[in-house]
Amino acid sequence: MLKAENKIFKNLYNQLGWEIDHAIKRDDWKDTKNIISKGREWIINEVKTSELRGRGGAGFSTGLKWSFAPKEVGSRPHYLVINADESEPGTCKDRDILRFEPQKLIEGCLIAGYAVNAHICYIYIRGEYFNEGRRLQEAIDQAYEKNFLGKNACGSGWDFDIHIHYGAGAYICGEETALLESIEGNKGQPRLKPPFPALVGLYGCPTIVNNVETIAVVPTILRRGGKWFASIGKPKNTGTKIFCISGNVNSPCNVEEEMGIPLKELIDKHAGGVVGGWENLQAVIPGGSSMPLLPKKICDTITMDFDSLIENKSGLGTAGIVVINKDQDIIACMARIARFYKHESCGQCTPCREGAGWMWRILDRVVKRKATFSDIDLLSDVTKQIEGHTICAFGEGSAWPVQGLLRHFRKEIDSRCRDEPLIKKRTNNPYLVDQHLLENKNA
Amino acid sequence: MTLKKIHDDQPKEFKFSSENFKKAEEILKRYPKDNKKSAVMPFLYLAQKQNSNWIPLAAMKYIANFLSMPYISVYEVATFYTMYNLAPVGKHFVQVCTTTPCLIRGADKIVRLCKEKISPNENELSKEGSCSWMEVECLGACVNAPMIQINDNYYEDLDEKSTKEILESLINDKPLKPGSFRGRKNTAPEKKQIVNGEKHA
Repeated sequence: MLKAENKIFKNLYNQLGWEIDHAIKRDDWKDTKNIISKGREWIINEVKTSELRGRGGAGFSTGLKWSFAPKEVGSRPHYLVINADESEPGTCKDRDILRFEPQKLIEGCLIAGYAVNAHICYIYIRGEYFNEGRRLQEAIDQAYEKNFLGKNACGSGWDFDIHIHYGAGAYICGEETALLESIEGNKGQPRLKPPFPALVGLYGCPTIVNNVETIAVVPTILRRGGKWFASIGKPKNTGTKIFCISGNVNSPCNVEEEMGIPLKELIDKHAGGVVGGWENLQAVIPGGSSMPLLPKKICDTITMDFDSLIENKSGLGTAGIVVINKDQDIIACMARIARFYKHESCGQCTPCREGAGWMWRILDRVVKRKATFSDIDLLSDVTKQIEGHTICAFGEGSAWPVQGLLRHFRKEIDSRCRDEPLIKKRTNNPYLVDQHLLENKNA
Repeated sequence: MTLKKIHDDQPKEFKFSSENFKKAEEILKRYPKDNKKSAVMPFLYLAQKQNSNWIPLAAMKYIANFLSMPYISVYEVATFYTMYNLAPVGKHFVQVCTTTPCLIRGADKIVRLCKEKISPNENELSKEGSCSWMEVECLGACVNAPMIQINDNYYEDLDEKSTKEILESLINDKPLKPGSFRGRKNTAPEKKQIVNGEKHA
């Protein structure tokens, strides 16, 4: 359990006030000038010592990412881009940071911008967070008034400006290269990597893209030392993390806890327990919709950190925990997630564009008890055809939850299948065409 | 992506109002001079706000001219992103989140209420002509599920009773205040435990 003095986000529920004067009382912007005067190398090393891993889903070492930016500014300027396009189902942590702890984010932007040689920072907020964006703009204006931003920001000798760019309802823009495309004024379709954004990013210039939570914890890490952050949690899975607990719990909430907390403790202590008691638990999606679900047996003992979830063929992702109890139809729940991915596929790569719809249609047939046993083999095949065959990780994100369902709930699926196919007429279409799509005009 | 239908009845001309023109020039300053194209998304928002929440083709042509980019590139952007409405929507535009975390807590009941109170089909104006609704994907307030977005505001922690009240207030053109409808502070855990989650939709 996280001690109160180790909490980074003290105003997560706005109990203390979000305005800059309240934030300064909570030690935001304390010694910022001092921190920056210690130099780039010290900052990056301290972040490396803290073993901070990116909070946006992939869990890549933040210090390492920053060190990829070219050491000297060449003919092209450097950019810092903050990813606030939070759209993963089950996740709503960045929203609270934008609303109630904006100064932590802004201070983090300045420090990170200095560390990677960037004078300009774009914060990409999802379009639905209109009010949150307005709040952040107010907070940015307050920081400008106090000369914490702009020319010679915070007396550090570094010029720094922050601009907000709104998205417009595309989940795929949370992928870093799609996000850059979107800022450039294009459709949000991901780019091939390499080259990585650290070398060729926004407008072809070196760009570092970080999640909101990652940047917001940096000032506190630098003030209290990388060793302090590394002492919380588990080795290689250090620090604190905001968990979003939603679904069938008695008291859904966002809560900051240390990494590696047991899932059961997290749900029972903070979210008031599972509806109907722990025995009524069916499955948990541990890290936002793109991470495979875990059945109750694993949930009994699992701890919430990157490595132990990977061992169980899932992942921490964004730490958006969706609790599903036995009153729910697990297949309908996952079919709805498949529909989400079908809706949000950007349409660039064929396996994802076609496969996402295919997975949804088959799962939908299972829910309606119209699928055959061979459909399920086909479903498993489709997930494998998508995984690893797309430009970005969206392919994995859409295939993994279905694979997780097949892995843990095969019996449940089989019990709803039939031998006889619903559509008996065989047409001479190649294998690749989904027969059901041809038959049903409105499929 | 979703299919988007362009509205049949298109206005012939579109121009930014003088106030929006000033805003547009402010927006341009945020991006490097050689990359004016970046402003296309904020410009589309401006056009949408000015034209009672939908974007006509004339506005896309106007923006293309403004930013000296091909019309088709603006069209591409406007049709790719779901938040740009290409046909009129209600003055009170209700978006119901129905992705899994909301579904688990009863979003289907909210959809049913929208069908009853507003209109049987999505993207259809209600009888008195001021409301329309649609299903959308995750709105990023999963801890406050089930929830709906009306224009720019989030209405959270709903149940059937509160949803009914909200929808009726829209029809009477006196929208209720947004926020939590279970009286809790933002995303904080509730002290009084709701036994067996009875209080959600």
